[in-house]
Amino acid sequence: MRNALTFLKEQTKDDLLSWRAQDTTAKLFDISHAAVEWLALQNGILPARYQRNRSMIGVEEQLRLFQSRVAVIGCGGLGGYVLEELARLGVGQIVAIDPDIFEEHNLNRQILSTPASLGQPKVAVAAERLAQVNPAVTVIPIQDAFCLNNGFELLAGVSIAVDALDSIPYRLQLAEVCTLAGIPMVHGAIGGWYGHVATQFPGETTVQNIYRHWVAGKGIEQQLGNPSFTPAVVASLEVAEVCKVLLGKGEPLRNRKLSIDLLEMEVHEISYAEVPVKLVDAA
Amino acid sequence: MQITLKLFATFRNGRFKVAEQELLEGTDVRAVVLSLGLTEEEIGIVMLNGRHGELDSKLAHGDTLSLFPLVGGG
Repeated sequence: MRNALTFLKEQTKDDLLSWRAQDTTAKLFDISHAAVEWLALQNGILPARYQRNRSMIGVEEQLRLFQSRVAVIGCGGLGGYVLEELARLGVGQIVAIDPDIFEEHNLNRQILSTPASLGQPKVAVAAERLAQVNPAVTVIPIQDAFCLNNGFELLAGVSIAVDALDSIPYRLQLAEVCTLAGIPMVHGAIGGWYGHVATQFPGETTVQNIYRHWVAGKGIEQQLGNPSFTPAVVASLEVAEVCKVLLGKGEPLRNRKLSIDLLEMEVHEISYAEVPVKLVDAA
Repeated sequence: MQITLKLFATFRNGRFKVAEQELLEGTDVRAVVLSLGLTEEEIGIVMLNGRHGELDSKLAHGDTLSLFPLVGGG
């Protein structure tokens, strides 16, 4: 590895390591792109692909993102954008969970879906896409439905879980597993022009409170469907929350929910009573 | 007593965004929901004076009640 490091340092220009040099190092020393990225970041060298992150995310923070494992539960409307943005952000390990295959009615909004991917498992398409977007990212595709029975196993070693599910009862199961396993969770949901986002730390019950009145069935998405832009908006807000929680920056949406109306262009915040919990270092 | 009732998203269709409502003392949120022709199942969030509220919450003069529909897609 010392030789690889020497080579990396020789290839570094203006504190940046070009993709070409990263790729050459991987081939020359027969190591993975992930190993090269780890070696670079460990030694204060920033892969050039992250140079526009630099003033908001320093090299040490980029290393922290690289060493994080994030689970995305649901790889459809929200999940597709979440996965894309996490990979471009440089999150090193991404667990992608979804039991479904792409169908024609996904094409209006699900960024991973194309006519060519119809019939293919969503998680397989996700792994393929992310390998193209950022080869240093390790994707763990799991073609299965998340539930209480497998949830603890699927979230093992995860720093944070991203809710990109399309079902309220499965969401509540995710919230329960996250609570019991002590994992922070970013919650997002959409329906038509509308959506909302909230972040829940272990011990908090925002998601359970959001669906406190739920009895059965789906929300307004059943009548309205979802257009191309609502998942992109809500997914991006979710990824901003993930980034902040992983880096311990800013003010996450704790004990509050942001409600978004894209038809009237209104944003509303709903406060929830704070639950006293001990501070958790998510990363 | 009088309250301010705010409706959000699809609840506005054929109704209003905001209205002052004259209610009998002791009216709860559920009664307001039903008076709008909505069912409990359609309710996502009940916000009372800017904070999370309940269907059973009793309303008081000057309260602001906000109702959001259930949103659960992804």
